Amino acid sequence: MSLVIDDLSLTWGDFTLRGSATVPEGATVAVIGPSGAGKSTLLAAIAGFAPPGTGRILWQGRAIHDLPPWQRPVAVLFQDSNLFPHLDVARNLGLALDPRGRISAAARARIDEVLASVDLAGFGARMPGQLSGGQLSRAGLARVLLQDRPVVLLDEPFSALGPGQKDEMLRLAAGHLHAAGRTVLLVTHDPDEARAVADGIVTVIDGVVGGPHPVAILDDARGPLADYLGR
Amino acid sequence: MRAETPWPGRAAITLVAVLLVAPLAALVWRAAGIGGLTAGDVAALRFTLWQALLSALISVALAVPVARALARRRFAGRGVVIAVLGAPFILPVLAAVVGLLAIFGRAGLLNQGLVLLGLPRLSIYGLTGVVLAHVFLNLPLAVRMILTGWQAIPEDRFRLAASLGVPVRRVLEWPMLRAVVPGAALVIFLVCLTSFTVALTLGGGPKATTLELAIYQSLRFDFAPDRAAMLALVQLGIAGGFVWLTARVTLAQTLGPDPGRVVPRLDGRGLAARLGDTVAVSAALLFLALPLAAVVAQGVPGLAALPPATWPALGRTLAVALVATGIAITLALALAGHGGRLADLAGTLPLALSSLVLGAGLMILTLPLAAPARLALPVTALLNAMAALPFALRIVAPEVARIRADYGRLSDMLGLRGLARLRLLLVPLARRPLGLAAGLAAALSVGDLGVIALFGDTGTQTLPLLMLSLMGAYRLEAAAAVGLILAACAFGLFLTFDLWGRHEPRH
Repeated sequence: MSLVIDDLSLTWGDFTLRGSATVPEGATVAVIGPSGAGKSTLLAAIAGFAPPGTGRILWQGRAIHDLPPWQRPVAVLFQDSNLFPHLDVARNLGLALDPRGRISAAARARIDEVLASVDLAGFGARMPGQLSGGQLSRAGLARVLLQDRPVVLLDEPFSALGPGQKDEMLRLAAGHLHAAGRTVLLVTHDPDEARAVADGIVTVIDGVVGGPHPVAILDDARGPLADYLGR
Repeated sequence: MRAETPWPGRAAITLVAVLLVAPLAALVWRAAGIGGLTAGDVAALRFTLWQALLSALISVALAVPVARALARRRFAGRGVVIAVLGAPFILPVLAAVVGLLAIFGRAGLLNQGLVLLGLPRLSIYGLTGVVLAHVFLNLPLAVRMILTGWQAIPEDRFRLAASLGVPVRRVLEWPMLRAVVPGAALVIFLVCLTSFTVALTLGGGPKATTLELAIYQSLRFDFAPDRAAMLALVQLGIAGGFVWLTARVTLAQTLGPDPGRVVPRLDGRGLAARLGDTVAVSAALLFLALPLAAVVAQGVPGLAALPPATWPALGRTLAVALVATGIAITLALALAGHGGRLADLAGTLPLALSSLVLGAGLMILTLPLAAPARLALPVTALLNAMAALPFALRIVAPEVARIRADYGRLSDMLGLRGLARLRLLLVPLARRPLGLAAGLAAALSVGDLGVIALFGDTGTQTLPLLMLSLMGAYRLEAAAAVGLILAACAFGLFLTFDLWGRHEPRH
């Protein structure tokens, strides 16, 4: 059981992304490659934001590439704009449970529980503008945890944080998502981040998707990946 | 993949297309039977173009010194000047006419002064009056557009010019004016081309009839729909051509709030420049504020003698304005959400097809089906909404696009769609432009006379139509009082919506 990208080929503007990859259920893989090589396009294709192409994307054997974003088993933690600025944290998280904005008593209890699990107990009534960068990241993580979707895409999610905080946040997110049994794709251009949390490496180089490779490839790379990593 | 539900946008495009094409088809069908233009029609055509050209040129010529003064001076009461500059756009045209008559009319302040000095009286009727009223109504628009041009010149360019010792006027101001002024003149020319109320009240007769007025007269008094249809097509041909030219000029920037930026400059510190700026601003303020004050001064004494028909007319005016506002905002949101060239076109074409032209077409279509008066209020609301749509769309669309860019993916992933997206995302985040657009749409509808004059009767009259019939019966005091109520409605609705937009609920 896994997330399968099967002979995908899609064109966005004058850029073409193609390739295949299979990510086992419950795994955390790092998507690595030079900027502009297609990492974000790959994530957009899985989430349903990219224009349709050829090939298939499957989850548990079921084709998902024709579904709109809200029907895909995929949650995304974006680089920024993970919360709506005009809704308080609890109402933002409520949207993960019911997109019509209603919050039942049971939902309220779950929101409080998840907030507590990311060290944001009592922050439900805060507006996003009142949170620090680290708190915003944790609120975003709480939103993804509440979304009942087995695949989670992290698109360089903590790049706005300082190096120390970023590392801590990454481990926190990876730990929570792994414990929840999610299949995680983490886009990063930092090999150390990949080493810290990933079980495998998907490479995206010059518009070609490959992998997953063992994490050791980072230390034993050849060809274009080695050029990118600077070896 | 397009994640957003596209059907509201498609429905809006279809509705606008039907509302434009059906009346047009009726006009073409009726106009086919008629030979050509009469001498009177040619005179109307010539007067229409001539008065619009004069109005546009005079408006921008007067606007340049005012805009320059506002761009380079910070002074006490600058906010008041900006507010007064916004007022004529909201003020119903008929109320403006009452104010202008009080100042420039036969027994107005100006002529009283001239008589005291032993000079001959000036007549406000005919070309002079039409152009005067158009300059009054459009000078603020011209100032706003040209001021925006001035404020768009980066501050460091002024510093650079000063340090190099080159004249600001030649290297910075002249190129900006050459880029901005033709567009401003074109917009005003277009507005004046389809002016109906001013021509009806201050023009008229064989020498001062516009095409719109001729269409109205042939439908309403001559019962000659064929001739009306042909005139409407001529009007459409001319306006369409100019709209095509104007499409590149953004109307939105001229209607938004004043950025309030004053560029401190090294030039313009001399006595002559300071004096010139003071005269420009004071003269403009006087020219705009005196008629505004006269609307109040003329209206108050008649309030006691208001005819009983005022109150039902007030109710109809408000109902029509609110329905028109609802339709205009719904269409604008749907078109803005859809985006693309078709939506843009649907939001621009109503500029070419004036309400009166569309009204004439709809009247020809519906004459066999129902008496015009029975359709008067719904048709007025619908066509007022169409008239407001180009403005509403240009105000709302940039914010809707920004919201989609910032939160579109997050909303799509969460499944925040349809009405929930409208209620939870678009309305709260686009509140400010929505309030401004709704306020403008409501004010424009309150003051509209064209469509209701075609379709309405005493049983369906709105405040402008009641005012017109009072003026026709020379009950000028009562007319002025109705004008005051009309103006109060327009400003009241505008301020209510605009304040709603500015009020931030929590954060």
